[in-house]
Amino acid sequence: MNINRMRLKGLIIKEFLQIWRDPSSLAIAFVLPVLLLLLFGYGVSLDAKHVPIGWVIDKNTPETQSFSAAFEHSEYFQPHHYNSMTAAQTAMQHRKINAIIRLREDFSRELFKQNSPAIQVIVDGVDANTARLISGYTQGAWSEWLAHLAMVRGISLSKPIEIEHRIWYNSAILSKNFLVPGLIAIIMILIGALLTAMVMAREWERGTLEAMIATPITMIEVLLGKLIPYFVLGMGGMLLSIAMAVFMFDVPLRGSIWVLILCGTLFLLVALGMGLLISIISKNQFVAGQIAIIVTFLPAFILSGFIFDIDSMPIVVQGFTFLVSARYFVAILQTVFLTGNVWAVIVPNAAALLLLVIFFFRMALKKAPQRLE
Amino acid sequence: MTNAANTALEFHQVSKQFTTEQRVIDALQNISLSVTTGTVMALVGPDGAGKTTLLRLAAGLLLPASGDIQVFGFDTEQQAEFIHAQIGYMPQRFGLYEDLSVAENLNLYSDLHNVSQAERQKRFEELMQMTGLSPFTERLAGHLSGGMKQKLGLACTLLSQPRLLLLDEPSVGVDPVSRRELWSIIEHQVKQNDMTVVLSTAYLDEAERCAEVVLFDQGEILAHDSPKNFSDQMRGHCYLVRHTALSNRDLQNHLSGQPGIIDAVIQGENVRVISSNPELPAIDILKDNDATKIKSTPTEPRLEDSFIALLRKRHPVNATPEIHVAVKSGTTENQEEVIRVDGVDRWFGDFQAVKKLHFTVKRGEIFGLLGANGAGKTTTFRMLCGLLPASNGSLSVVGVDLRKAAAKARARIGYMSQKFSLYANLSVIENLKFFSSAYGLKNQHQQKRISWALEQFELETEINSTSGDLPLGFKQRLAMACALMHEPEILFLDEPTSGVDPLARRQFWNRTNQLAASGVTVLVTTHFMEEAEYCDRLVIMVQGDILIAGTPSEIKHQVASPQMPDPTMEDAFIQLVESKQL
Repeated sequence: MNINRMRLKGLIIKEFLQIWRDPSSLAIAFVLPVLLLLLFGYGVSLDAKHVPIGWVIDKNTPETQSFSAAFEHSEYFQPHHYNSMTAAQTAMQHRKINAIIRLREDFSRELFKQNSPAIQVIVDGVDANTARLISGYTQGAWSEWLAHLAMVRGISLSKPIEIEHRIWYNSAILSKNFLVPGLIAIIMILIGALLTAMVMAREWERGTLEAMIATPITMIEVLLGKLIPYFVLGMGGMLLSIAMAVFMFDVPLRGSIWVLILCGTLFLLVALGMGLLISIISKNQFVAGQIAIIVTFLPAFILSGFIFDIDSMPIVVQGFTFLVSARYFVAILQTVFLTGNVWAVIVPNAAALLLLVIFFFRMALKKAPQRLE
Repeated sequence: MTNAANTALEFHQVSKQFTTEQRVIDALQNISLSVTTGTVMALVGPDGAGKTTLLRLAAGLLLPASGDIQVFGFDTEQQAEFIHAQIGYMPQRFGLYEDLSVAENLNLYSDLHNVSQAERQKRFEELMQMTGLSPFTERLAGHLSGGMKQKLGLACTLLSQPRLLLLDEPSVGVDPVSRRELWSIIEHQVKQNDMTVVLSTAYLDEAERCAEVVLFDQGEILAHDSPKNFSDQMRGHCYLVRHTALSNRDLQNHLSGQPGIIDAVIQGENVRVISSNPELPAIDILKDNDATKIKSTPTEPRLEDSFIALLRKRHPVNATPEIHVAVKSGTTENQEEVIRVDGVDRWFGDFQAVKKLHFTVKRGEIFGLLGANGAGKTTTFRMLCGLLPASNGSLSVVGVDLRKAAAKARARIGYMSQKFSLYANLSVIENLKFFSSAYGLKNQHQQKRISWALEQFELETEINSTSGDLPLGFKQRLAMACALMHEPEILFLDEPTSGVDPLARRQFWNRTNQLAASGVTVLVTTHFMEEAEYCDRLVIMVQGDILIAGTPSEIKHQVASPQMPDPTMEDAFIQLVESKQL
């Protein structure tokens, strides 16, 4: 295993020149991360905000006004008023509103009586997620308003227990705080696995690797010559994402950036190891790209806990997620960003990443071709 | 006889197989070969004969299944690193990084070969001067012409002053001027540095310049000798024949396949005939058996003659079946112009691929477009097929203006593209079925055309083989069959013979001749200059311009001079290109 510095330097310079001249490499390395961050930072939100809600108030009283005002001032809802239930129902069918809140004629009278439903809430259940959110919010708003009213009037409420919510760590419950850090893992896997697998396959396709193997070069130099440039690129992508997360999206970074960088290095090495292994197995850009997307990118997206909570997955799928390297890094990212340096989370996940690095590099070295077949 | 001290390359009973999904291919069978230092050796033979495999084995890129290979006494299996330090290897596509500039490619290969900075400057200057690339050092390799890429590829392999140079088809798709330059570089290196060169080539005139020639066929060495000894075997068997009443093409068509005649090709104003016996057999010329009309003179044998003779022993000619084509609107007026190109330009961004093109083609003609890669031949073709609109000027095919009704014209033309656009993972019969239904053939008619194609193009033995696994010659035949399914009046053939060996090329031209004789108009592009002889008329294109147009003899007469009384088409090309540049 001898590494010649001149040859390695030549390979690295070549790789950077190629990255710089190839618009598709640049797009994957720089444009795509920014697009993804903008999309997930601004576009995708798991929070309900300005949800259109239809109001049908049969008879206006001070109580109905006070109750609906509680919704008007909330940023979660956007009230629309209808004269009759049928009008509201039509609006819901046309998906103009996501829910109807109806206050009947006897709303004010029946307010504090037991077992009398003074308020009717109909939620459009097509989008289950939003439906759950709305029903939760309305219930909360209702009981809060009721409690407030009872206090003002000096009536004791029939409900014995009050539930008090407190949300920790992401106190504003902003989903972007939770999505953006996870996205860093996705971006790194794109650069580390997808881009690396494709550029290596390209060398096979264009016959340049054939000419290269006939020079005094060693395989470890070829692998390092790919690894180093894409490592630099991947770390660049990570730092860019961290900077965007903190300065653009105001995601709090509660832990240490050095812990992030150290764990990021481990994760990037796993991604690069996978990318190199894929390109060794398939010598065609199209196939390499497909494999990279299916075995690295998609699992990182779906099975890493980036969007979907791993604990709520079916048990079999949960077992599967242990194979997804991104899950370890997403856990680290979310913890370091939102909670801080919680070693009980960081250490085991980082250890798992280290094991994967060792595994993939041993495989890549073992499978690396010394010749054309 | 071999002495280890001056043996550059030694193959000892080497075999090599490749496994595809369907079969095991014996690429090389028990090959023993030794190359003395300072020798220039050419590997020739049909496609799939094992030339590329041999070069890759020699470069240590592949390992032999059995036997052993030594380069300067080092074993390719155990000591590849010592070998790689002493060889220069150029794969078929030159191994250049197209998105790096000329200088960057040179720097990369210098780094890979550990050429020191001090030495580098000197080598660069020397090589740039030798290759004429000095003005282009900043240009991206992908933007170079085919000839320049080839010279750059060669320069990259010469950087480390290798003792053994392995070149795989270094001159495919390269124009004659660049080929001559390449050879002068190689010859200079051999003389100056006592370099050994092993190269594979499809051009037998190149092989003729080498000290030794090895003829491969189906993974075996058929013969190994000096070009002179090869040619001498055929001494007295070669004749130039002409007939006062018949055209060369008709005569050649008639002669090939006759008993006692191994080969007949058009050469200038004559038909070159190789007979199996020293005397020319009695030639029976059709009904009008008038021996006085035939004139034959003995001629000097060439390497190609014995090459064909040797291969014919193993692959007897199954006389190409007569092609019967019913041309739909088979008008008898032969003077009808079926293709008109008038003042056509084509721009790609700010690059002008085709400049003010003007020519016409008559029905039943074989019309050639000659020129190097990048001369604008393929662009012209695509415009004629209605695949690409012209930027300026007018184009009409079978009387249809392509700007108005490209689809209508396309139904009457057949197009065979450069890379033989077949579905590689479909079988032969599936490809035929697909292309015939794409042209709207149905039921009985489709059945009839498919069996016609299978028979005419000798594809019956490979009906169910996957097209992608077929040898190149088969692919070419299948592609041509697909282009003829709908009985087109005009056939466009884009580089049909590129990379195809001389045997398959002969068969191809026989078929094309027969097609033309039955009234199909054929437009063909090629960069093999000698193939121009098969055309009725041709244009030579250089950088998008028509350099010259006319019949083959008109063009050659233009450059005939006292020093060169009987120039070949290649001489003519080089002379015309050079006179234009002056």
